[in-house]
Amino acid sequence: MTAPSDGHPAYGTLPAGGALRADVGVVRGGFDLEVRADVRAGEILAVLGPNGAGKSTLLRALAGLLPVSRGRVTVGDQTWDDADRGTFVPAADRRVGLVFQDYRLFPHLTVLDNVAFSRHVRGGRRPDARAHGLEVLGRLGISELAARRPGQLSGGQAQRVALARALASDPRLLLLDEPLAALDARTRLEIRTELRGYLATFGGPTLVVTHDPLEAMVLADRILVLEGGRAVQEGVPAAVARRPATEYVARLVGLNLYRGAMTDRSTGRVDLDDGGRLFAAGHDPDDGGHVVPLPATRMLVAVAPTAISIYTRSPDAGSARNVWTGTVAGLELLTDRVRVAVDGTPDAIVDITPAALADLELRTGQQVWLTAKATEVTAYPAPG
Amino acid sequence: MTADGDQEPARGRSPSAVRAVTDAGRRTPWPLGVPAAVAVAFLLLPLVGMFVLAPWRDLPRILAETQAVEALRLSLVTASVTTVISVVVGVPLAWVLARSRARAVRLLRALVTLPLVLPPVVGGVALLLAYGRNGIAGRWLYDWTGYQIPFTTAAVVVAQTFVAMPFLVVTVEGALRSADAGLEEAAATLGARPVTTFRRVTLPLVAPSLAAGAVLCWARALGEFGATITFAGNLPGVTQAMPSAVYRAFETDPPAAVALSLVLLTVSVAVLVLLRDRWLRPGAGL
Repeated sequence: MTAPSDGHPAYGTLPAGGALRADVGVVRGGFDLEVRADVRAGEILAVLGPNGAGKSTLLRALAGLLPVSRGRVTVGDQTWDDADRGTFVPAADRRVGLVFQDYRLFPHLTVLDNVAFSRHVRGGRRPDARAHGLEVLGRLGISELAARRPGQLSGGQAQRVALARALASDPRLLLLDEPLAALDARTRLEIRTELRGYLATFGGPTLVVTHDPLEAMVLADRILVLEGGRAVQEGVPAAVARRPATEYVARLVGLNLYRGAMTDRSTGRVDLDDGGRLFAAGHDPDDGGHVVPLPATRMLVAVAPTAISIYTRSPDAGSARNVWTGTVAGLELLTDRVRVAVDGTPDAIVDITPAALADLELRTGQQVWLTAKATEVTAYPAPG
Repeated sequence: MTADGDQEPARGRSPSAVRAVTDAGRRTPWPLGVPAAVAVAFLLLPLVGMFVLAPWRDLPRILAETQAVEALRLSLVTASVTTVISVVVGVPLAWVLARSRARAVRLLRALVTLPLVLPPVVGGVALLLAYGRNGIAGRWLYDWTGYQIPFTTAAVVVAQTFVAMPFLVVTVEGALRSADAGLEEAAATLGARPVTTFRRVTLPLVAPSLAAGAVLCWARALGEFGATITFAGNLPGVTQAMPSAVYRAFETDPPAAVALSLVLLTVSVAVLVLLRDRWLRPGAGL
C-alpha cells in the first residue's frame, strides 16, 4: 500500500492505493444491470450512456446505497460486496467519496462544516475536522467560501464544495454523478477544465458518470459506454470517438454509423444491412497497419458528416468511389455549419457550410447525390 | 404578497392598466362578501362579549381568591410534561411513519391520528378501560405496584398526551416526508450511521416543524378538557387544570369563569403570535 497522496499523517488517513474491481449484477424492478468495471488507482473511468442505461444504478451499487444481486466489488484489499458470501459493507463504512449530481450539501451547515462533516462523524474532534476541512478547501482554492451556507453559493461554487466534501472524507474510491450537468453552459466550460486537475490530485480510482461525450473525453483516461444495462464499448477516448460501437455512441461523437458485412476484401466493399454498399479504405493510425478482415465478417462502417459531399445534380465521375442518391429530409443550423439529413440507401447526416447551402439552394424533399471518398470511410469489425 | 402576485402578469403594461387589473382582482362580489362578513361577526362577537362583560375591576381579586393560580400552575406544568413526553416518543414515531415502507404503516398512521378526530370524552372513557384500576393494563399495574393512574396528576398528563401528541406526530411526519432523503444518503456516504444522520442532519432540517408541532401540542394539552375530566376528574390542586376550573367556576361563580377564560385567551393569543409565520401564512396547511 502506498502512502496517501496528500501525505498527512493525521488520524483517519487511509492509503488510497487500491484499484477498483467491480463485476456486478443489479436487478431492480424490470431493469437489470450487468457490468464489469476495473479502474486502477489514479485512473479516471468515465461511464457514458443515455438516460436509463444504468449509470446511476452502478454508481449507487458501488457506493453501497443499493445492494448488488450478483458479483463482487473490491477496492484494494477490501471486499465491499460479495453476493456469494453475503458480504455487504454499508455505505457509511465504505470510504467512498460520492459527488451527487445535485450536490446534496447540508443546508443547515456552513461550507466548512459540510466539508468537515465526514471526519467529525467518524470520531474526529471538531477542531481537527475543521482544520482538515480548511486545508481541503484551500487545496481547491475556495477557502473564502468556508463561512457561507450552501444557499449562498453559485452552482459552480456548490460543485467545488461538493467535491471538497467528498475528497475530505478520505475516500478509497471517488464517484462523480454527472458532475457538470447542473451547471449553466458557461460555468460548465470553466469547471470542466479545472475539475480534471482536481481529480488528478486524488490517488485512488475515480469513476465519473455522464451522458455528455465531451465531458467523458475531457475528464477520463478511459471510457466505458453503457446501454440498456450492458457495457457496449470500452476504450481510450480517442478510440471510442473514432470507432463507435453503437448508433448511440456514433450519434454522440457525431459520426454516421452503418452495420454490414464485408463481401470483398480487395475493394473494401461492405454490403450494408439496411441496403446500399460502401467502399472503405480508411483505417485507424492506431491499428499499426491495415487489418484486412475476412469476407463476410460483421463490420461497422463510420463516416464523418464532413467527409460526405452533396450535389444537386449527378456529379461527374470523380475520384470518389462512393456515390449514392437520396432526398433531403431536414436542415438544421448548427453554430458554424448546416447539418443536412438525407434519406437514401443508406441514410446520411451531411455537414456543409452556410455558404454551400446558399449555393445549393437545398429544400426538404429535394433529390440529391452524395459522394464520399473510400479513404474517408472507416470499416472495423463489429464487437461481440 | 397577494398584490405582487396580481401584478405579475400585468408587468410591462401602462400603470393605469395595472391598476385596473389589480382593482378588478380585489373587488369582492357581494354573494361572497356578505356571508364572509357574517362569519367574521360570528367568530368575533364571543370574544368581544368576553372583553365587554369581563369583571375588569375585580379581576385581580378573583384570580387571587379562586383556585386560578393553582389551576394555571397545574395546567402549565402538565402541558409542558405532556409536550416533553410527546417529543421524546412522538418524533421517533413520526420518523417510522414517514420512512417505513411496510404496508402496515398506513394502518398504523390512521390509528395514531385517530385521537385527532375522536371526541375527547370518548378518549377519556377509552383511557379508563386501558389504564383504569380494572383496565386491561391498569389492572396489572395495580396488582404489581398498588398504584393506580386515574384521578391523579399523572392521569392529567396521560389524558393530555393521548389527545395532543398526534398533533406533534402529524406535523413532524409531514416535515420528515418532505425533507430530502438524498441528504441522508449523502451523510451515509460520508460515514454517518443512521442515528448520527438523524441527529446531525434530519433533526436540524425538521427543527422548525418540530418547534411548531411542539407548540401546537402544548396548546392542545393546555385546552384539554373532555378526556381529562373523564379520566382524571376535577380535584382542585391535583387534577383541576384551567379548562376544568373554568367549567367548575361557571356553575358557581360566572364572573370568575370569565376571568379565568381571559387568562386562557391570553395564552392562546400568545401561541398564535408564536406560530404566526408557520400557520397564518396564506396557503399554509397542517
